[in-house]
Amino acid sequence: MKLLNFLRGEAFARGVHPPQHKDTARMPITRLPFAPRLVVPLSQNVGRPARPVVHVGQEVLRGQPLAEPDGFISVPHHAPASGVVEAIRLHPTSSGPWTDSVIIKVHAASTQAVEWEQPQDMAAMNEDELISAVQRTGIVGLGGGVFPTHAKLRVPKEYPVDTLVVNGCECEPYLTSDHRIMVERASDLLAGIAISRRLLGSPPAIIGVEDNKPDAVEAIRALLPPDGDVTVETVPTKYPQGAGEMLIKTLLGREVPPDSRSYQIGAYVQNVATLALVGALTPRGRGFIERVITVAGTAVGRPGNYLVPMGTPLRFLLENVDAPADSVEVIFGGPMMGHAVACLDAPITKGVSGILVFRGQDLAPREARKSFPCIKCGKCIESCPMGLNPSTLGMLAAKRQYDMMAETYRLGACFECGTCSYVCPANIPLVQQFRIAKQVLRGREEAA
Amino acid sequence: MTMVEIRSAPHIKADNAVVKIMRHVVWSLLPVCAFFIWQYGLSALALLIVVTASCLAAEALFLRLGKQSGNLYDWSATITGLLLALTLPPGFPLWMGAVAGFVAVALGKAIFGGIGHNLFNPALVGRGFGQAAFPVAIATYTPSFMPGRFMEFIPSSLALPFMMPKDLTAWLNAFHVDGISGATPLARWKFEGVLTSSLDLLTSLSGHMAVGPSPLLILLCGGYLAVRGYLDWRIPAAVMGSAAALATALFAINPHHYPDPLFVLFSGGLVLGAVYMATDMVTSPVTPKGMWLYGALIGVLTVIIRYSGGLPEGVMYAILIGNAATPMIERITQPVAFGTAVKRKEKQQ
Repeated sequence: MKLLNFLRGEAFARGVHPPQHKDTARMPITRLPFAPRLVVPLSQNVGRPARPVVHVGQEVLRGQPLAEPDGFISVPHHAPASGVVEAIRLHPTSSGPWTDSVIIKVHAASTQAVEWEQPQDMAAMNEDELISAVQRTGIVGLGGGVFPTHAKLRVPKEYPVDTLVVNGCECEPYLTSDHRIMVERASDLLAGIAISRRLLGSPPAIIGVEDNKPDAVEAIRALLPPDGDVTVETVPTKYPQGAGEMLIKTLLGREVPPDSRSYQIGAYVQNVATLALVGALTPRGRGFIERVITVAGTAVGRPGNYLVPMGTPLRFLLENVDAPADSVEVIFGGPMMGHAVACLDAPITKGVSGILVFRGQDLAPREARKSFPCIKCGKCIESCPMGLNPSTLGMLAAKRQYDMMAETYRLGACFECGTCSYVCPANIPLVQQFRIAKQVLRGREEAA
Repeated sequence: MTMVEIRSAPHIKADNAVVKIMRHVVWSLLPVCAFFIWQYGLSALALLIVVTASCLAAEALFLRLGKQSGNLYDWSATITGLLLALTLPPGFPLWMGAVAGFVAVALGKAIFGGIGHNLFNPALVGRGFGQAAFPVAIATYTPSFMPGRFMEFIPSSLALPFMMPKDLTAWLNAFHVDGISGATPLARWKFEGVLTSSLDLLTSLSGHMAVGPSPLLILLCGGYLAVRGYLDWRIPAAVMGSAAALATALFAINPHHYPDPLFVLFSGGLVLGAVYMATDMVTSPVTPKGMWLYGALIGVLTVIIRYSGGLPEGVMYAILIGNAATPMIERITQPVAFGTAVKRKEKQQ
């Protein structure tokens, strides 16, 4: 296997090849029906929560702003459907904690056309105006980072961006939403790339797509402008190719140094789904009210790539895809980095790229989850894309030597891709322990 | 009642587990054991069974006594037993085999806290103990493929506990076969200056040589493990590569004094040690670069001990020294973190 990888010329070292399970790759994007009630949390992104601008009992149109941003690192939220604001109250979220949310009772008979938009004359805008136009769409990083996109587009002037790296890898198993967006919405993607390039000083753009999606590469190539500023490159299929650092390494041969951001070495990474949304919404002045989500997993009767209104309760979605609502494991995101949902009443929010539903025993039988002492096989070291030593980190974590983990063994460089835990034959919860270690260290720092 | 299972990512796991790796190692050892039994008959079979049973008994005892990691069904004690038996002379008294097996698990693994915590390869700790406690018996080899080997034991096998085993000269003389010698090819080279053909050593098939299972078969079985990813190919490659390199260099300097490199590779326990003992995951380095260094150290030490030591064979001590050096090797071969290689280069410029 190693030799094969070497011959194929993989650009970033190490990594793994989990079974892909991309069974929904050929399923076109279809619309999910509107739930009778939609729940829009005011805090769905990195940064400050939005401030509600509607009151209980108010009629809202589909696409109308429900909440305004509170500061620059904050985004507005829009009504995903026409209806009545039923309440603004605490509601459970997927990770557990309750958060202030606008609850909308959807008008069942409404046509649900988007009735709220303000077409923009982008050519006449200066940079700041364009950034606030992006902010008004409410778009955040759709890969799971949920950082407000307009804020990410404001790169410090002292760091000129020489390449816009567009991330179309989608290296997580099961997920195919980015794939379908590239196939079906390539023109939106190119529009989004054009807007981003304008804000970044017109660097050339490279769209990196894993070689398991040749139809996506073709669809984009067919629409590429002839000037050659935007190109598509095929990259080897390997996890975690879709991590920004890895894609930069593969496409540009550069390594982002520790404690640095990618723009500091001239590369700027955006995810295809995010840019496609920027391209679709900004010119029309629309809000982010729905997104493409892959619904898959062994417990799903009708898997597919669904256009899901934001705020759809998870339970409603599960009923619509014929997934049983008992004794399941529901994951928001991919199986390697996604998080298990704690509450089925939680709404689907902007950062959810996939919803995977498994019966409890499908992922790993209970017996296989028993953990053994480390037998020092070295598989984690051979797989860690960041060149860390998860074996030693794990032993230190078991002894709570968190400071040594951070200082000597570069815990801070770990971006929690989960490769170490995935390969560990002793079933040691490595990345899980690293998360705890980081949290403890962060807590100590805040206390100090 | 709705039950939602919550786990921390990653939610999927690669299809490998410690028990599965161990089971495959046992499977891959079965042909080697079969060859050993074919060579030496009843005595070899009894030795394999007694030593392995003794290892398992020790494992069971210490699992019950203390807070040991692992369990009886993880196959690790079985591997220790089979490997230890394969390194012993086939006519090794069975009671001594039982003692060595017990010591292998007790001093090699249990006192460190069980699987994953030991510093030295348990099988080699057992053999090392045997070498110190029973120096004569462990150096007494018998020729392979003796007539009647499936009908009767080698007389020394059945020695009573704490009794000296019978002298084998009379037993050997009774066969009236020409060219029979109880000395191993390494001992014959070291003490008599007689070289055995490397091809014969590779197959272990011809004549009545006092050798272990065929190195070729061991390489094939190890190759299976390496292909399945249950054994790191770097270590045997480094051990055999460095041993061959040093032997070739010395052979080139003085071909009359030193044996040819192929003899060095295929005689004694070098192949068995390189493929099955040095690769013990627990006692070898975790870092890929460390594996090369560790393997190279073992290969070089083996040749040095064979050429200049008092004993004809040096694989066991070479691997034990390699085990001891492992923590240091790991310290100097930590992986290069992503993004730091560039920085270092810039600093140099």
